[in-house]
Amino acid sequence: MSDHGDDTGSVLRLEKIVKTFPGVRALDGVDFELRPGEVHALMGENGAGKSTLMKVLAGMYQPDGGRIFIDGLRCTLPTPIAAKEMGVILIHQELSLAEEMTVAENIFLGELPRSRFGFVDWGVLDKRVGDILKMLNVDFGPRTKVNRLSIAKKQMVEIARALTHDAKVVVFDEPTASLTDAEKVVLFDIIGDLQARGVGIVYISHRMEEIFKISDRISILRDGSYRGTLITAETDEDAVTRAMIGRSLDLSRDAGDVARPGDVKLAVEGLSCGSLYQDVSFKLRAGEVLGFYGLVGAGRTEIAETLFGLRRPSAGTVTLNGEAVQITSPAEAIAHGLSLVPESRKEQGLVLGMNCRDNITLPQIDNLTSGPFVSGPQEVAIYEKYRERLEIKAPSWRAMVKNLSGGNQQKIVIGKWLSMKPDVLIVDEPTRGIDVGSKAEIHNLIRELAAQGLAVIVISSEMPEVLRVSDRIAAMHQGRLVTIFERDAVTEDDLIQAISGIGVHAA
Amino acid sequence: MQSGLRLLTRNPIWVFVAIIFIFFSLSTERFFDIANFRNILVQTSTIGLIALGMTLVMINGNIDLSVGATLALAASVTVDVMGWGAFAEWGNWQILPAVLLGLLSGIAIGALNGFIVWKTGVDAFIVTLGAMLGIRGLVFVYTQEQSFFATNFTYSDFAYSAVLGVPTLAIVFLVFTVATHILLSRTVHGSNTYAVGDNREAAVNAGIRVGPHMVINFMIIGFFAALAGITLSTQMGAATPNLGREFELWVITAVVLGGTKLTGGAGSIIGTFGGVLAIGMLRNGMNLIGVPAFYVLLVLGSILIFVLFLDKQLNRQGEEEIRL
Repeated sequence: MSDHGDDTGSVLRLEKIVKTFPGVRALDGVDFELRPGEVHALMGENGAGKSTLMKVLAGMYQPDGGRIFIDGLRCTLPTPIAAKEMGVILIHQELSLAEEMTVAENIFLGELPRSRFGFVDWGVLDKRVGDILKMLNVDFGPRTKVNRLSIAKKQMVEIARALTHDAKVVVFDEPTASLTDAEKVVLFDIIGDLQARGVGIVYISHRMEEIFKISDRISILRDGSYRGTLITAETDEDAVTRAMIGRSLDLSRDAGDVARPGDVKLAVEGLSCGSLYQDVSFKLRAGEVLGFYGLVGAGRTEIAETLFGLRRPSAGTVTLNGEAVQITSPAEAIAHGLSLVPESRKEQGLVLGMNCRDNITLPQIDNLTSGPFVSGPQEVAIYEKYRERLEIKAPSWRAMVKNLSGGNQQKIVIGKWLSMKPDVLIVDEPTRGIDVGSKAEIHNLIRELAAQGLAVIVISSEMPEVLRVSDRIAAMHQGRLVTIFERDAVTEDDLIQAISGIGVHAA
Repeated sequence: MQSGLRLLTRNPIWVFVAIIFIFFSLSTERFFDIANFRNILVQTSTIGLIALGMTLVMINGNIDLSVGATLALAASVTVDVMGWGAFAEWGNWQILPAVLLGLLSGIAIGALNGFIVWKTGVDAFIVTLGAMLGIRGLVFVYTQEQSFFATNFTYSDFAYSAVLGVPTLAIVFLVFTVATHILLSRTVHGSNTYAVGDNREAAVNAGIRVGPHMVINFMIIGFFAALAGITLSTQMGAATPNLGREFELWVITAVVLGGTKLTGGAGSIIGTFGGVLAIGMLRNGMNLIGVPAFYVLLVLGSILIFVLFLDKQLNRQGEEEIRL
């Protein structure tokens, strides 16, 4: 297994793949090799070319140069169908399902079994889909409509698609982004099954712990070029990170960065919202970062939405700056000095087709007028201020937000809310889908904002993130705030036990 | 009961069909009458046929505004060709090449619309808006602003023929309704129609050839628009260059009333049939009780908005939805 140059026994080999788009060399002579029964992780920052490479492999892009070998035979993959027929299956990161259609129709989309005259053969379809769903051990049937499923279950439908073919190569693109821990276990079992059947797995993820848990080898891309392959058992996270971003990341907190909390800015007492969460109490001081850690569905986002006026609480009080408030709309929340950076920046945070400046000034556009007209210069001034402060990398204020990287998009959202000069900033999943290098920048930014006197709540599902940015950590389990830990006195085990409901902690 | 209720929430239009039906049955004795029902079916068959095609195109995520103009072109071609000297000796057989050429003109325009949408990527709304204006212009050039009159009386008698007491035009409409329903709900082409409108990227990734698929649906609506033009010209015994004006609006109203989403991905022929009947009964019933035609438009517009409002209320995602 250690002889690298040998291509006998590789199920897939890519040689010197080149792909250019107008103005960009997205792939610059990339090599990749995959053996049957192997999990080969593909890593790189956003924009490094992982997705482009996989689209070449799935027949969605045609390479401008290089060669593709499947089972040692040179081949071309002119269309997605051709790639599937060669046994290459791509499981998309962004769910690619027809929401109004059934599970069965989605699984066999594009290749529904036909009887005579082009009619769909529902008997065959139900049976084949039923068998696959049984193998995946899911609790929905072939005729369930996809829009009735949770995100995690939709992902299972995507995975089921891969199993309809005699797959030789299955590519997983960020498969765990929206899965719970229990669902991850099922996913890893499925990957194990595929491995045992001799299928080669390409696994794309930003999550180091997963990569080190399931992969055999790790190949790294940077700026469209191939940076080598590491054997997982012989390397560590630091080496992988260095190869990915070309420098070492300081993941620890600065010693001098101890917060000196000020006045209590936000006090929540016995807050409840129906079945979503109950009896939540905490205090937040100026200059402090309070992390909310828990599983998906533990009620963290719902608390944030209640504070921001998007949900009505069923009980409890909220005190902002020493004044009891009842916030019933986002406009009131903003007026009281509270801002929310939502979980999903593309859907809830940004107007993707608008430029950087307009996105930042969106909530205060009413105040930026001269006469009946919006004042462009005032808007640009605000944009420039936050571009400097947050180090937003955009060609100019005219750049469309959709063309920025995930990290810079997130900075635009944060900048938008900072420009409202809040006392309390809530950030929900600050680094979801953001690459390693930008993650660290966002973390540092949150620490700096707190150091400047802002009271910050960070909601996150990633333990390293919570540990890195928070001063105190509120652990939630099934709608209850289990306990609030001091950052310096908590271990990872404490946190895991608290959020999974094991053990009793004195608050 | 449960499934009946669900059918109603999915297709509130049938509630309206029932209400309209009961209302007019009680208002005037001339409404609840076999002859009148025949009448309604014949009157609505023109819009109904086009609505069948429009359902496919709209589920696909497209729209076709050119159907009224296409209808006029096909009607003119058919009536014109029938009078050509070359077919003068053919007797009633002269109808055959005329009808075939008429249908062909509609299918060709549909193919052209679809092809432009596919190859240029311009929105179907814009492409067919252009086609609507352009084809209407073409009709005026072609007819030199004259009406064509059918010289073959078999052709114009066809509109008033019946099989076993049911008007032939109504049968044509019903047969095509069933056929299109089966096409949409039972065939691979039908499934793909939903998939393309629901999530085009997923359809592309799944290997569905989206472009040619859309062209086929545009050809189907072209066929139905031409067929509607031919049936309408048999009723009038003539083709006028202004035939079918604003029909696209009636058709789209019927389809949307029937629950098809403008954004694509959802809809059904059963719903469209309900929408067509609702419009047909309203026009007929209000005419019978002597309400001026303008009020029909007013009532219909209100119902359109109300049905869509009801649909939104019934299909709300439950308590989890965040208040706006």
